[in-house]
Amino acid sequence: MRTIYVDNAATTAMSDTAIAAMTDYYKTVYGNPSSLHTVGQQAKEALERFRGRVAKCLNCEPREIYFTSGGSEADNQCIRSAALLGARKGKKHIISTAFEHHAVLHTLKKLEKEGFEVTYLDVHENGLVTADEVAAAIREDTALVTVMFANNEVGTIQPIEEIGAVCRKKGVIFHTDAVQAAGHIPVDVKLQNVDMLSLSAHKFHGPKGVGALYCRRGVPLLTFVEGGAQERGKRAGTENLAGIAGMTAALEEACANMEKNSAKLLKLREKLIDGLLKIPHSKLNGDRHKRLPANVNMCFEGIEGESLLLLLDAKGICASSGSACTSGSLDPSHVLLALGLPHEVAHGSLRISLSESNTEADVDYIISEVPKVVEYLRGISPVWEKLEKGIQEHLI
Amino acid sequence: MALYSEKVMDHFTNPRNVGKIEDADGIGEVGNAKCGDIMKIYLKIKDGIIEDVKFNTFGCGSAIASSSMATELIKGKPLTEALSLTNKAVAEALDGLPAHKLHCSVLAEEAIRAAIKDYYDKNGIAYDKSQFPDPHDEDEHVVEED
Repeated sequence: MRTIYVDNAATTAMSDTAIAAMTDYYKTVYGNPSSLHTVGQQAKEALERFRGRVAKCLNCEPREIYFTSGGSEADNQCIRSAALLGARKGKKHIISTAFEHHAVLHTLKKLEKEGFEVTYLDVHENGLVTADEVAAAIREDTALVTVMFANNEVGTIQPIEEIGAVCRKKGVIFHTDAVQAAGHIPVDVKLQNVDMLSLSAHKFHGPKGVGALYCRRGVPLLTFVEGGAQERGKRAGTENLAGIAGMTAALEEACANMEKNSAKLLKLREKLIDGLLKIPHSKLNGDRHKRLPANVNMCFEGIEGESLLLLLDAKGICASSGSACTSGSLDPSHVLLALGLPHEVAHGSLRISLSESNTEADVDYIISEVPKVVEYLRGISPVWEKLEKGIQEHLI
Repeated sequence: MALYSEKVMDHFTNPRNVGKIEDADGIGEVGNAKCGDIMKIYLKIKDGIIEDVKFNTFGCGSAIASSSMATELIKGKPLTEALSLTNKAVAEALDGLPAHKLHCSVLAEEAIRAAIKDYYDKNGIAYDKSQFPDPHDEDEHVVEED
């Protein structure tokens, strides 16, 4: 049986270019960039070349890029740094949204326990915030605005440039978690008025365990890993040079092919959405147009997401769901709840995240198989029975 | 999938006794759609024996597998025996469930109890009320572990 991998928002397969870019830094240029000898200095030079290339992809200066272990670490460092520096000036208010990634949300929850106040902006039914809403929430004591570039579950793309402009005007630091955006949609920190940004290599066909943090020159950054002078003293630890090589190659490749890939993905996405919306009592979650070209997120009433995923897996389709059962908690995804979906509807969600290696045949197969599985599960669902008999009202 | 045992996957992908009984003698429904699990059990009873049993379930893989296994364990058995079925027995028969899925086996036990109580009530059969505690909320399930 063929495997159709459509869970690219979780992680991607590495590109051949990225893999090829890495091997030299395991076998030949394996030195420690902090060593003074030739092998070490070769590594150091390579490291700085990669920094420059990553900076170019984001339109910033090389010295504004710090390599990390991934998106979560970058989110943690950016947010804690801006918060703690704000607190030194008596600013203990942070603005974010209700549907950020847990790397952001859990950091904010911890800061709340430490005495910070956080305003979580409503993301509305379409999964979008507006710059005006951000502006209205900014106070004298606001230390940081952190709004994700694109949502990991529903794929909605926030008006980053406008939010950045509002923050710049009001003198508030603006961080964006661009883990789902980098390499997929244009990211230009200068144009988009971004002060801090997080990204992760494995979301754009790079290796796992490596990411980057952008911190605009002039915006202070605190150190969270102590122990060495690496990354200009902001993150100790011998650099993951091979990982950084792979990330750089993957990011350049993704950015170079962005237009072509997006055009292909948009066609596949639209076909998939149209095909799946033919299932009665189904719903697309998040704005249809202001969303990542690769993201489809649907709810099907009367069924539960984990059983849907397992049955699709048995047909070779690897997708994901925001159902409670897949998270190990009783509540379905906080993202779907933030969009205002009732619990019982959110349990029946399916996220399909494509990559440019998916084909129209993959999409056709998904469109032919998902309705069968939904129909089967509805056939054995007491909830669906009540909905169909009119004992309960359809919610979607 | 490593999440579940082969037996769970078997009962999930090929559930036994799935369906409804139109002229059921007892029907039990437990769970809550908000929490993501609802089980409905239909019983056909003759001379104190469960002649037939069917289920409908809204829920995850382990909820469907637990329903399937529980119906297998009580089919053809006297009501008294069905009443003594524990969630632990269901989970064990499935070669175990992940810790956070054990509540699915509790739901199966409760759904069977609710269906038997429904049969007793409909037929005016006296029973020991302590055997049928009020259905409780999802997060209050008493999970019987080793």
